[in-house]
Amino acid sequence: MKTQKAVQTENGSIAIEKPESQFKQMWYALIQNKAAVAGMIIIIFLIFLAVFAKFIMPYDPNYADLAINKQAPSAAHWFGTDEQGRDIFSRVIDGTKISLSVGVTAVAFALSLGTIFGAVAGYKGGKIDTVIMRFMDIMLSIPDILLAITFMAALGRGIDKAVIAIGICSIPEYARIVRGSILSIKDSEYVQAAKVIGNNDMRIIFKHILPNVLSPMIVRATLGISTAVLNTAALGFLGLGVQPPAAEWGDMLGRARVFIFEAPYMLIFPGIAITITVLAFNLLGDGLRDAFDPKARK
Amino acid sequence: MIKYIIKRILLLIPVLLGVSIIIFSIMRVFSPDPASIVLGQHATPEKMVEWREANGLNKPVTVQYVEYMQGIFKGDFGKSYYTKTPVAKEIFSRFPATIELAICAIILASIIGIFLGVISAVKKNSIIDNISMITALVGVSMPIFWLGILLIILFSGTLGWVPAQGRIETLLRPGSVTGFYLIDSLIEGDLESFGSALKHLVLPSITLAMYSMAIIARMTRSTMLETLSKDYIRTARAKGIAEGKVIRRHALKNALIPIVTVIGIQLGYLLGGAVLTETVFAWPGIGKFTVEAIMKSDFPIVQGVVLLVAFIFVVMNLVVDIVYAFLDPRIKYS
Repeated sequence: MKTQKAVQTENGSIAIEKPESQFKQMWYALIQNKAAVAGMIIIIFLIFLAVFAKFIMPYDPNYADLAINKQAPSAAHWFGTDEQGRDIFSRVIDGTKISLSVGVTAVAFALSLGTIFGAVAGYKGGKIDTVIMRFMDIMLSIPDILLAITFMAALGRGIDKAVIAIGICSIPEYARIVRGSILSIKDSEYVQAAKVIGNNDMRIIFKHILPNVLSPMIVRATLGISTAVLNTAALGFLGLGVQPPAAEWGDMLGRARVFIFEAPYMLIFPGIAITITVLAFNLLGDGLRDAFDPKARK
Repeated sequence: MIKYIIKRILLLIPVLLGVSIIIFSIMRVFSPDPASIVLGQHATPEKMVEWREANGLNKPVTVQYVEYMQGIFKGDFGKSYYTKTPVAKEIFSRFPATIELAICAIILASIIGIFLGVISAVKKNSIIDNISMITALVGVSMPIFWLGILLIILFSGTLGWVPAQGRIETLLRPGSVTGFYLIDSLIEGDLESFGSALKHLVLPSITLAMYSMAIIARMTRSTMLETLSKDYIRTARAKGIAEGKVIRRHALKNALIPIVTVIGIQLGYLLGGAVLTETVFAWPGIGKFTVEAIMKSDFPIVQGVVLLVAFIFVVMNLVVDIVYAFLDPRIKYS
């Protein structure tokens, strides 16, 4: 990590070298963390799979051929075939798209609403804060998977509904983080200065306060994607996820469960895919947390 | 302190009221009409109207909610749409199974988690530390239902060591003093039932414990590392106290305070995790029962279970806060 230092120029005068930006310092800290780099590489690879799935999949993931159902892994079908004769390798690749999109969208949804609620509660304080945060406490007292299942049962199956169900369950976490961070800086001098020069509340929150609480939000959002991927898989496993025949890892596991002793390979690969995806986001999230923390950086 | 506890207990009322409103709204406003699900697709419109009237679903939602809450204050949580059995009876007949599983899981998670965390902190950056922390990381990254499936394939299917489903062998019936099969079979001196119940508990407990174990191990490692760098540990070592004693009596004892709170919070979370674990292992607890009730739109059951789980969760948080204050005299609540 570089710090501000004095250097002698060609003409002999002394100049102060510009200190590196905080972002650069964090980036250096992040890329020195091997686990975080591994997480990043896996995520880039997963994104690549999701984007170019069409070109990588050897078969149509939804093409069923009962003549070749429940076949063990072979050269023709690397991960075997499922109960309908569909190629599991192609379905696992196709599932990357669904898991990543639901994970990222659910977090984006929760992050947006959680930020608004947390920012208003923290900045306004008083009764507004009490009402918003008590509501968040109420939501936090219901286990998120139970709440998500209830929402899905009410809304019906579908990717968009899974995003809403999983996203709603995560809103309180983001609201709490934003509120906490805002409370710690809303009385600082630069916020007071922004008020004095006539900035309105919205401008102060979005222009002056929120950029300063970005670090904990980025860390939480990265870790939140892993939770969202796990919850998506859990909903799919219980038969409440995406609409069939879409290839979703949890749904694949749920359907294959009845063949647990007959064709166990059907249950191996979708599970590995979920674990690797969640692990990658956890590794990156942990690395980001350390990189954003000046104590850990030292 | 007593004032604080009373204040916190009183605060439980609005939280539980809020939970009841949220869950009631989801079930009654957003959910599809349960009449067609309960009576089947071939039910006549007249039958459906009759059924809705019989279950009070023809009234405005606000009236339904007020009547529901009036019932709760009298101890009446409604009746299942399917079995017509009171909700409280349905839930409490299954509740001991879930509690027994959750307690076994938290004991397992605490013992292994604290052990791994302490070893990792003491042998920081060693192979043992790396293996323990990788295990913990995989533990938080693995879907628990998949872990359950893998355990069934290996220990039940391949090795045949333990059963894959249920709570006890079909023909065995331990007494029903507490509802906990392990305790009931011991009370009756029925070792066969005890052995069977224990065998059935192994895989679901490990599955449910995995996530909490990972969290406890990571927490233990970080608090132990912090504690081990404290001056009083250096003093203890300088006095010539054996390293084992320094770790057990001086470091772990102080590091345990935040760990205990994490264990308490995890116990609350285990009830949520039980939904998936019980489904995988066909465990006859409230988790599996709730999933089935949600699928069948059995509103009264879902409302009852969610209220109960939320109640346990907030009470656990309160207990954790109180225990924390008792363990650490520096904490003062007002």
